[in-house]
Amino acid sequence: VKALSRGVRAFGLFWWDFLVGDTPELLIAVIMIVALALLLRHHHDIVIILLPVITVLFLLVSTFRGRQQDGTGPNH
Amino acid sequence: VTLADLGTVTSPADAVGRPTAPPSGSSGPRRSGSGTSLRNRLRAVRIPLLAQVARPVFWLILSLLILVPSACFLILAVSPRLFDQGPQWFTLSNLRGAFSGATAVALTNSIWVSCAAAVAVLAIIVLVVGVPLIHYVPINALRVIVGALLLVLGLSWLRKSILRSSGHKALHDEDLVFAATSAELATEASSSPSPKRRDAVGFGVAFKGVFLEGMEVVLIVVSLGASQHRLGIAAAAAGAAALVVAAIGALVAKQLSQVPENTIKLAVGIMLTSFGLFWVGEGAGVHWPGSDAAIIVLVGVFSLVTMGSIACLRTLQPTVRQATKAAMPERVKE
Repeated sequence: VKALSRGVRAFGLFWWDFLVGDTPELLIAVIMIVALALLLRHHHDIVIILLPVITVLFLLVSTFRGRQQDGTGPNH
Repeated sequence: VTLADLGTVTSPADAVGRPTAPPSGSSGPRRSGSGTSLRNRLRAVRIPLLAQVARPVFWLILSLLILVPSACFLILAVSPRLFDQGPQWFTLSNLRGAFSGATAVALTNSIWVSCAAAVAVLAIIVLVVGVPLIHYVPINALRVIVGALLLVLGLSWLRKSILRSSGHKALHDEDLVFAATSAELATEASSSPSPKRRDAVGFGVAFKGVFLEGMEVVLIVVSLGASQHRLGIAAAAAGAAALVVAAIGALVAKQLSQVPENTIKLAVGIMLTSFGLFWVGEGAGVHWPGSDAAIIVLVGVFSLVTMGSIACLRTLQPTVRQATKAAMPERVKE
């Protein structure tokens, strides 16, 4: 039981670190991108522009946010 | 669709859509109707022609992105002089190195066992989970999930790589990380209660590596293969690719280790983000213009944004990288 609970905990921690980690804004971005793609899938002209633009926007926001945090942050 | 299918197109002027001299005796409205019809036909032909050209070009570029670097590394392994990486024009020392010394001991001692075990576990997972997944979960839902995961991973790598390249996050000292990890694993292995037994630490490390990377390949092969209803050929191609990669890896491991980690992560981050966004869109029902060729456009867009961000961030403040470099010993700088 102990080994099982340790395994489940490690599995959960792995996914938490993978999906959220120190960049929760990227997870929000991906959820938003998926939602927009599903909602606007019939408006091809809009969505093919909007999806890359939102991706770029969130990448820039996250990078500039990281710029303020890092340098002193964990090196991983 | 060929130009012959157009029927009325008889001259180069027609083919490019320029107005032609009307036949004598023809009336105005009839000319206009014929011109509209011709324009419509040309419009209908241009798009399939573009799609026909775009698809081979896309696969050609993708192949070149994979084949050219692999070929360069292979040539470098046998001819370091050609790339100004050593004195010999032709040598097999790298090949000998792959099958002798510590590498050979590791291969025969634990790596092959762990690789076989990881492949067996992957096969079981594919049979137990993958096959029902393909039959009962819609392929578009799989594409969205896999695309979203690729997007999370790609954006995260891209962000870190931009910060590292622009000097706002310290670069990994790869030699130091490798030495520290090797020492840690060696200590664990030597403290094992029965040292003559198979190397459990080596087994664990190689198993995890093969299993995790194999899982990524399985996800991609299952998604792509199932969407085209050609799972068999996709699996066979993946198997062949695994053999080729293993052979190249054995030969050029030393040269590959000299490629900066951040450069690799930057390139992989751009690719993962592009593929991830493309798949999320495809899975949701979005029709990208040019179909698969849209990936190249996305790669271009993300490459430009990445380069621009790095250039912009470099101008903002004194960088961590400069500080780190200044503090580094001369040997490491070289």
